[in-house]
Amino acid sequence: MSQEKVFAIPNITTPNNPVLFNPEICDGCNTCVETCQIDVYIPNPQEGKPPIILHPEECWYCGCCANDCPRPGALQFNWPLELRGYWKNKKTGKVNQL
Amino acid sequence: MTTWHEYLRKEGQPPSWPYPIRFGQEQEIETDVLVIGGGIAGCWAAISAARQGLRVALVEKGDTVRSGAGGPGCDHWCDTPANPLSRVTPDDWAKHMADRPYCNGIGVQIQCRENYDTLLEMEQMGGKIRDTGNEYAGAEGRDDKTKFMISPRYGTIHSYFPDPRMGEPNFNPPEKRNNVVIRVWGSTFKPALKKECKRLGVKIFDRVMGTSLLTENGIQGARVIGATGLNDRTGEFMIFKSKATILSTAGGGSMWLMSMELGGYSNMHSRTMSGDGTIMAWKAGAELTRMESTGMVMIATGLKHKWYSGAGDASYENVPLVDAKGKRLPLPIQGWVDAGAMVPAPGVEAKIREGIMKGEYELPFYGDFPSMSDVERRATWKLMLGEESTTRIIIDTFEKAGFDPSRDLLQSYKFIEGQSLPQWRDAGYGGGILVDWNLKTTLDGLYAAGSQMFAPEDHSHAAATGRYAGRKAAAYASETGLSKISRDQIEAEKARVFAPVKRSSGVEWKELHAGIARVMQYYVSEFKTESLLNIGLSALQKIEAETVPSLYAVDPHKLMRSLEDLTMLEFAKIIIQASLARKASSMPLNFQRIDFPTMDPPEWNKFLTIKMENNKVKTGERPQAFWGDMKQQYEAHNQDYQGVYKGK
Repeated sequence: MSQEKVFAIPNITTPNNPVLFNPEICDGCNTCVETCQIDVYIPNPQEGKPPIILHPEECWYCGCCANDCPRPGALQFNWPLELRGYWKNKKTGKVNQL
Repeated sequence: MTTWHEYLRKEGQPPSWPYPIRFGQEQEIETDVLVIGGGIAGCWAAISAARQGLRVALVEKGDTVRSGAGGPGCDHWCDTPANPLSRVTPDDWAKHMADRPYCNGIGVQIQCRENYDTLLEMEQMGGKIRDTGNEYAGAEGRDDKTKFMISPRYGTIHSYFPDPRMGEPNFNPPEKRNNVVIRVWGSTFKPALKKECKRLGVKIFDRVMGTSLLTENGIQGARVIGATGLNDRTGEFMIFKSKATILSTAGGGSMWLMSMELGGYSNMHSRTMSGDGTIMAWKAGAELTRMESTGMVMIATGLKHKWYSGAGDASYENVPLVDAKGKRLPLPIQGWVDAGAMVPAPGVEAKIREGIMKGEYELPFYGDFPSMSDVERRATWKLMLGEESTTRIIIDTFEKAGFDPSRDLLQSYKFIEGQSLPQWRDAGYGGGILVDWNLKTTLDGLYAAGSQMFAPEDHSHAAATGRYAGRKAAAYASETGLSKISRDQIEAEKARVFAPVKRSSGVEWKELHAGIARVMQYYVSEFKTESLLNIGLSALQKIEAETVPSLYAVDPHKLMRSLEDLTMLEFAKIIIQASLARKASSMPLNFQRIDFPTMDPPEWNKFLTIKMENNKVKTGERPQAFWGDMKQQYEAHNQDYQGVYKGK
């Protein structure tokens, strides 16, 4: 069991995680912070680190941040569970979901 | 560690506000032309005014690089009758478009006359408008000489006119097509526009929300001489002094918010679309019109499936729809053959529903991409959807997950996600600022463009009217001087803007938003009567009197959201007042009064206008087509029009 300190915090807003950053690739350039029209993000206090998602519930999933990210793979869009679309292989009939 | 909660757990404390806090500190900017709203119309307005050699300031709540009601891309350059492949004249197409009741004949005429020049200028700035890489060689509608890609949209007639023949084979044969819509690579547009603004020396103020207009001697209805703004990251108070001001923010947004928790996630548009410019103009005394017109939200992020957040469905436009067994559905798709309507006639949907219940069609339905020709499929998937505002990220996600349009059927959510509730409404249905042939509002010194005006159209309309308003405002600014700002007006606005940060408890913006939305859902939905509307108005006034004084905000971002709420509260009240004034029902306005059920009686076939005079609401009216002869008026007002820009 984790020995981490347990804080008393309010419920987490849902959906809470519109994007997933890969800290190995993201160099904290903050292009997404500037491209986002909503200010979903703020820069990380530690330079060079991925931004912090501060206002996830204001995101409208326009995709600007992911489209304009200059480092491929640094930022992956993370669709909320209820928005993951379906498709079907026309030949086999197999149904898939995002 | 990217979420706030992860940060808290790791660091043991929340991050500090990352920007300097400057609540109430003032910055004063002097300019010739001030543009408020840095979307498509605003950027074009700024560029157009700056080309006249004037000082231009551009104010944008987000960041100009991707902002705007139209979102970050553009899939079609619609209604471009001046393009060389068109088979209809600009004046004839404008006349055709203006046949829709309660449209804006001025905006439509400007669009049809000038949006092709605007498109060519877009190319000069670095926007991609032709298939120069021969990616779509052989596609229907592609012209080998110009490399323009004509779209099947609006082939025979404008698709907003429901025509019973739509969807029938041979409704749209090649020889009948008007060729007025061009497919474009619109995701290149906004960054190119921002770059051009910078190149021309436009002073861009990103992350600044306009909060009010300044008028001569602070008097309502007097000449507009500047504006105030709030930096939504620092809380700095901005004072702009200008000779001419152009409003180009979007119309009203989420007044009927669907989810009480999710501020941004359950709207038709982004939360930033809150009607700021409309309310600034209203408070300054400008006349508005069509404010009673609202519509049902058919699709919105989080509310239903996400495809476009604002428009149709990828598996509807251009793509044949089939049932779960592969049987083609009789649904017009705006394709080359059938040129269907944007929204199919209710009878068509009813027939399909009947078929579902009888077992004739099996759910769910699918967009049959594999049945399309390769080049048409690529043009639809990569160009139309890849360049549209919010769909690029969707097609990217599908591709990464293994979806292949040449092999796979894309699920459609028609029927299985149910109908929209009539209480889920949107204000973005044509209400806006009244303008004349100079795109001047009823106030001197104040102009409007794009979806800031009443009855706006689409992307190319925003671009062409922005460019036009920039030209006209620059001409006015060249002949006028700056005026002295009223300090009393500044102080009153500062007191209003910063009131929420002076409190540390009370009601927060989300609850206020939800409260306004619930009033609108109950009292301003499909059921409209004098008494329901009056109860709604009283409820909003109660919110204003009792809740607004306890509104609080803990940082500049939440202060911006709080001010947006106050804008929405005012917008909501205007909608009710305009609805009370129209004592008749109207089909084109999507306006049903239970107590006045007759649809569109001739005596009510007119625009209702609404404005504030001495802080009292005053309504008026204008006849249909009050703009006069569109061709004549346009020519009388634009004898000096130079066409495509040739300067540096």
